[in-house]
Amino acid sequence: MSTRERTLWIVVGILIVVYALFPVAWIVSLSFKSSADISNAQFLPTEFSSENYAVILTGDASSLFLPALVNSFGICLIATAISCLLSMFCAYAIARIDFPGKRVILSTALAVAIFPTISIVTPLFNLWRQIGLYDTWPGLIIPYLSLTLPISIWTLSAFFREIPWEMEQAAQVDGATPWQAFRKVIVPLAAPGVFTTAIIAFFLAWNDFIYGISLTSTEAARPVPAALGLFSGASQFESPNGPIAAAAVIVTIPVVILVLIFQRRIVAGLTNGAVKG
Amino acid sequence: MASIEMSHIVKEYGDGYPAVNDVSLDIADGEFMILVGPSGCGKSTLLRMIVGLEDITSGDMVIAGNRVNDKAPRDRNLSMVFQNYALYPHLSVYENIAFPLRLAKVPDDEVRRRVEEAADILELREHLQRKPANLSGGQRQRVAMGRAIVRSADAFLFDEPLSNLDAKLRGQMRTEISRLQRRLGITTVYVTHDQTEAMTLGDRVCVLRKGVVQQVASPRELYEQPVNLFVAGFIGSPPMNFLPASVQGTALRTPFGDIELGEERAQKLGGHDLLLVGIRPEYFEDASLVDEAKKPHGATFTAQVDVTEWLGDAQYAYIPYDAPPEVAEQLKELSRELDSDQLRTQAVVSIDSTSRIREGREAEFWVDTRKLHVFDPKTGENLTRDAEAGRRLTEMAEEDRVDQVERARV
Repeated sequence: MSTRERTLWIVVGILIVVYALFPVAWIVSLSFKSSADISNAQFLPTEFSSENYAVILTGDASSLFLPALVNSFGICLIATAISCLLSMFCAYAIARIDFPGKRVILSTALAVAIFPTISIVTPLFNLWRQIGLYDTWPGLIIPYLSLTLPISIWTLSAFFREIPWEMEQAAQVDGATPWQAFRKVIVPLAAPGVFTTAIIAFFLAWNDFIYGISLTSTEAARPVPAALGLFSGASQFESPNGPIAAAAVIVTIPVVILVLIFQRRIVAGLTNGAVKG
Repeated sequence: MASIEMSHIVKEYGDGYPAVNDVSLDIADGEFMILVGPSGCGKSTLLRMIVGLEDITSGDMVIAGNRVNDKAPRDRNLSMVFQNYALYPHLSVYENIAFPLRLAKVPDDEVRRRVEEAADILELREHLQRKPANLSGGQRQRVAMGRAIVRSADAFLFDEPLSNLDAKLRGQMRTEISRLQRRLGITTVYVTHDQTEAMTLGDRVCVLRKGVVQQVASPRELYEQPVNLFVAGFIGSPPMNFLPASVQGTALRTPFGDIELGEERAQKLGGHDLLLVGIRPEYFEDASLVDEAKKPHGATFTAQVDVTEWLGDAQYAYIPYDAPPEVAEQLKELSRELDSDQLRTQAVVSIDSTSRIREGREAEFWVDTRKLHVFDPKTGENLTRDAEAGRRLTEMAEEDRVDQVERARV
């Protein structure tokens, strides 16, 4: 690469990073502005203030925000775990076994993924109220599975397909039952794929707003994105931008930590050294 | 340790294509059996049926006296080395080798003892804690073998284990496998398409063609007394030359002059107009370098040399000849089937490396006519095969094997 080309790449790279990170920086900056400072018409706060964080963690909004945080964590983790487990079995079958209806499963999963959520919210709302799932954790976990399962099945079956058949056959010849071969060879090999899938599924559930706002009414199950929408200012003439920004920063933190922890595992080669190289 | 008996084994795929067709083969306890043939001949399928990774359509597979057709791979107590090694990348070398023992719930100290024993045999001691990704091709190959020998399996199965290594390493590993098999005295089935491996490793070699067994014999019998055109053409490198010929009394008329066969052999050829004479490259020699004492055993002829290749220890000369169209077509067909693509009808002749024969000149050659074979071009059958001599060669190999195993056990 010539120096000119390299500088070009660096410049373009910086532009993209600035474009992508500017809103994030804006929100962080906003979260540190006191309510009087919000319209100070400059990027940085005149004076750094932790007022907004105090409001959502200990102040007025904390009764709205803290239960929502617990709900969000609980619901998303459970939905992710269930969807990983189910999609692991499903994807394994799709990648390894020839059975009638294989294509149907894949295309149905895709259809579910592209189906607009807004169109099923109303029927779900009525159904949930009748069978008593409205405003409960399972009442959100089940629709979240419809968001996370299709993408999990697709990504995981791609991962499983990459694992050479021979690995499993070798395990069988070595004396493993099909279940042992799956657990001791296939699952560890697919671990990077499972982590990737888990993270994607977690994000999908974590970011959901429509189900969260429509299928809950109290802090019994309301997740963070829905709670953010219900924030109000100190008076009706004041917008709650500061607390919302602070809450947005707080909900971003676990996502960033999650990615940092699993980054190495996601990047780690899949079948490095399994076969000739 | 066990014998493997196959009777009338058939493998048909969904579309009715028989990949393996009526194969009956007995492999004795402790024997090294090679399955060889060009690609698509069904040799790997047969191996996978022995180990249980492929269903058997019909026939009986008997290992150590038990019919195993319906047994899962894990119940057959065989160990297998795969072509791409199939090591478990998430486990260290130690755990890779220990894997079969762990599944069998062997106690830890016993696992340690046996893994270290296997590692010593294969010189893997210093690599035990490494991951397969950090090993070279040859080391991975040895780990795969370690995983096979650590368990006291009834038999070893190898599926083209050396085809991913470079030529030099392949030679080393070949002798290594041979030594290991003799030392452990364990029944071994080895699939390869490389005839050097077939010739050097096997006690007996089974040549397959389109799922059908052509000949099962010791390497020497295959080489000296092949049953048909296919086996003759497959075994030997460079391959046997096939020249069109017609019978003239007790002699054969070939593009390289008349070859005297003698009364007895000529009798076997009665009733055929067109024949193929099979002469191995090393039966030829530069006529000027042949001992006077040897000369009467063969015939001399002169021919135009097209190309010569000097290799140091040997020298090859290529002599083009004309063949009738039907023979040319058949030879082409045969070479296609053997995975090579011969473009012209030419004879490859191995001559002494000191020979002064040069390209583009006429030269005088001598051919040893005692060992040549005559084939029926229609059926491919070897008309001059001496079954008795062949049987003796295989018996000799069998005696050698028993003797070696005895000595290894002392």
